[in-house]
Amino acid sequence: MEKSLDLINARIRDGTARVVTAEEMPGIVDELGEEGALEEVDVVTTGTFGAMCSSGAFFNFGHADPPIRMERVWLNDVEAYAGIAAVDAYLGATQEADAKDRLYGGAHVLEELVAGSTVELRATSRGTDCYPRRSIVTELLLEDMNQAVMVNPRNAYQRYNAAANTTDRTLHTYMGTLLPRCGNVSYSGAGTLSPLANDPGFRVIGSGIPIFLAGAQGMVVGEGTQHSAGGGFGTLMVTGDMKRMRQEFLRAAVMNGYGVTLYVGIGVPIPVLDTGIVRSTAVRDEDILTDIIDYGTPRRDRPSLAKVSYADLRSGSVEVGGETIRTSSLSSYRRARAVALELKDWIERGKMELALPTRLLDPTKRSKPMRETAVSPRVRDIMNRQVISITEDEEIRVAAKRLLKDETNHLPVLDGNGTLVGIITTYDVSKAVVTDGKLRQVKDIMTRKVIKTTPDEPVDVAARKLEQNNISALPVVDTTNRVVGILSAIDLGKLFGGRRRR
Amino acid sequence: MKLLLTFSRKGKADPGREPVIARVVKETGVLVNVEKANIDSMAGEVLIDIPDADADLVRRRLEEMGVAVRVMENAVALDEAECVDCGACISVCPQEVFSFDEEWRLRVRSERCVLCGKCIQACPHGALSQQG
Ligand code: SF4
Ligand code: SF4
Repeated sequence: MEKSLDLINARIRDGTARVVTAEEMPGIVDELGEEGALEEVDVVTTGTFGAMCSSGAFFNFGHADPPIRMERVWLNDVEAYAGIAAVDAYLGATQEADAKDRLYGGAHVLEELVAGSTVELRATSRGTDCYPRRSIVTELLLEDMNQAVMVNPRNAYQRYNAAANTTDRTLHTYMGTLLPRCGNVSYSGAGTLSPLANDPGFRVIGSGIPIFLAGAQGMVVGEGTQHSAGGGFGTLMVTGDMKRMRQEFLRAAVMNGYGVTLYVGIGVPIPVLDTGIVRSTAVRDEDILTDIIDYGTPRRDRPSLAKVSYADLRSGSVEVGGETIRTSSLSSYRRARAVALELKDWIERGKMELALPTRLLDPTKRSKPMRETAVSPRVRDIMNRQVISITEDEEIRVAAKRLLKDETNHLPVLDGNGTLVGIITTYDVSKAVVTDGKLRQVKDIMTRKVIKTTPDEPVDVAARKLEQNNISALPVVDTTNRVVGILSAIDLGKLFGGRRRR
Repeated sequence: MKLLLTFSRKGKADPGREPVIARVVKETGVLVNVEKANIDSMAGEVLIDIPDADADLVRRRLEEMGVAVRVMENAVALDEAECVDCGACISVCPQEVFSFDEEWRLRVRSERCVLCGKCIQACPHGALSQQG
């Protein structure tokens, strides 16, 4: 049996459509079977509420008198992109204000507008014959704008990686606070309730279909930026009228150490047309798999520590390499549920009819990494290959002489086999001298936990290591931990100095 | 009950130079659990946990010795209007103060809190703060 969309819409109109949330669907399919569920259920509603950085809104402010062609625009001190037309601008959620005392950004402006507060519009211009005015400052409410159209280039991920951190310092990321040595796992997404998890083949989710966007009726524009459905990371571009949105489903947020983002509630209704759709909407947390990615690797391709399901993640802990690690989410399941329930209510009360995509999204597409024409410099390109080192059994006096003779501040310490076991600096040596002379050998004063780099590491990553650890040199080691060079802040200075001169 | 003790260590006679906690334990016989201590050359801040019944006694004695005492009733406070029940605070807390109830609403058992401050920084919505 198949069902037509017209039939479903007719039922919505006369109030007889059976609408369930994606959370209820697996149980119904278990009970009635696929054919039975197809007969019984007309629409499945989904929902998610989490951080969606790639959000923002177009505004049209109307014309002032005398008129101005706004070249630069700020809303509450957050700059919006004004290179569109005289009185239009796009405000991105992650754009930050130039405020020193607190982190405030586009997301906060959007939330305040939706909450009914005034925001200050400030704009400047060179002035033209047709637009003579050169500056303007005014206070605006959302209702004062001609249009406030939310357009989110990349929202509602098909799934998202979970995050952990194998390094020994806390990381502050867009996936939240990641404790050292895999102290926690953070994840995002509503699992069984997530819109795209219920239609992974993009059969009924595509351009033009109506959705719930932050409390308003919105629609899917098309594939989101970085859409990569072929690898399980499809995304949507969505739009909706901000004037109808509600603060409950649109909340500004700050990820500590990362920046501003926006929490958005999105729900997509799925018409139950055939058993294929019944099957995909019967998805459970157990069936939705994702990788726990090590955010301690500061590269594009980060290693996966384990594959887990949303059921594992939502249970509160997962096992990785024999250890139990506590998990918690960044997105709100409670609000995802509220989205799905409200959408269900809209449809049951005939406030929203469904549509099929006017253009389908490519379920096989994969996004590409950036093409880089200038290879980013690696440590090997600038490191100093003339390494002066010392062995751990040498006397401190010898180390001091060596430091002086070679005018260096850092001596990597090697063991009998030539592998790196420590590092000493001029500071360590001077400290040893002022103590009562009990310390004799290099191994008594060396730092054993050496922060190091490899020849392949991008220079930017090495530079961050120096900065974060407040040190001025890194030994460069090969895969067997043999020292092949040393990278100092001075080498870096040369590189960046050179870049600027060009 | 949790008490937050603050004392100066600047002068020779300041309470921070004396073994005040040990002295109170010895005198009163009340067992004190030190949950957190930040002490530098100028000042100190110590969070202690003691049985409720002995709180008055311990407090009075510490104050006599020149220590400022604050009772920490809700060490970490949740602003329900700001909280979206995301759960970002749950896995960062070493004391398992946070959890979800059956409705996926955040539950806070602040009596276990040792004021490490991790959750306050981790909350994306600024919903958590330290009391006082
Ligand atoms: S301050 Fe520390 S101990 Fe207290 S609730 Fe927050 S994370 Fe837990
Ligand atoms: S991190 Fe903040 S917003 Fe999220 S559940 Fe905890 S207190 Fe609430």
